Amino acid sequence: MSGLSTPSTLPLPRLRPWLLLGVPVLLLVAYLVLMDNGAVSQAGTYLHELMHDGRHLLGVPCH
Amino acid sequence: MVRTLLVRGLLLGLVAGLIAGAFAFAVGEPRVESAIALEEAAAAPAGHADHDHDHDHGAVVSRPVQKAGLFLATGLYGLAVGGIFALVYAGLRGRVGPRSEGGLGLAAAGVAFVAVILVPFMKYPANPPAVGDPETITGRTLLYVVMVLVGLAATAIAVATARQVGAGPWARWAAAVAAFLVPVVAAWLLLPTVDEVPEGFPATLLWEFRLASLGTQLVFWAAFGALFGWACDRAARVPKAAPVAAA
Ligand SMILES: [Zn+2]
Repeated sequence: MSGLSTPSTLPLPRLRPWLLLGVPVLLLVAYLVLMDNGAVSQAGTYLHELMHDGRHLLGVPCH
Repeated sequence: MVRTLLVRGLLLGLVAGLIAGAFAFAVGEPRVESAIALEEAAAAPAGHADHDHDHDHGAVVSRPVQKAGLFLATGLYGLAVGGIFALVYAGLRGRVGPRSEGGLGLAAAGVAFVAVILVPFMKYPANPPAVGDPETITGRTLLYVVMVLVGLAATAIAVATARQVGAGPWARWAAAVAAFLVPVVAAWLLLPTVDEVPEGFPATLLWEFRLASLGTQLVFWAAFGALFGWACDRAARVPKAAPVAAA
């Protein structure tokens, strides 16, 4: 473990735009995979059924 | 730098998601199949044609496609979770937790598993198809999300508490664990219990399914934590190794 550089802190102002943009988009993806029951659209119903086994095995509530 | 971390999180999350998908396919799918077989058997006398949650008979998505969809689900889940993890990690780096990159990555993945997976699982464990009333799906989903938020909030409280206590590592650990457990146990006791296991559903199948489900998440977080930590350590070593290689 020699030669490891100590981690530098990233200044929060530089991090903020990434958090504000990235986290909501990624949360939306997670929501579509795990939680959506076709409430958003007909495509939602299809996605729900397509990823059905994954939802059950990832441990989120399903039918 | 943030972009590098984000890309790393997305890619390694996808890889870990596919590894977890392979575990779920091998260990979990047989249990899902058994549960669906029981569901169909129970529905058959009542009327074969239409029941709410058609798992087969040319429903919206056929069973073989659902099995392939398992990998899409775990892969996308890994991608999203890995990306969020990397952005949070970018903020934590050098501020809290272990000083070494790999150590922080692994520790953060372990904490995330406990807070986001284990805490909700203990209250609202995973259920196979045929267990759970379709009518209550929205309520159950909300309760589940509340439990995830409780796990995250308890983690934040634990970290803040540990930083306040300066008296040696043991006191800090004890304070952190206590501060974590108080809100979590309170939520376990106060939130409503969901018990929708149908009469006569085999207990062994339910248990095996739940283990397979928890195992899927454990495989994901172990694989992701190890890969992410390893990649961060490797990247941290490059700046010092490069001039040597060039010479
Ligand atoms: Zn279902």
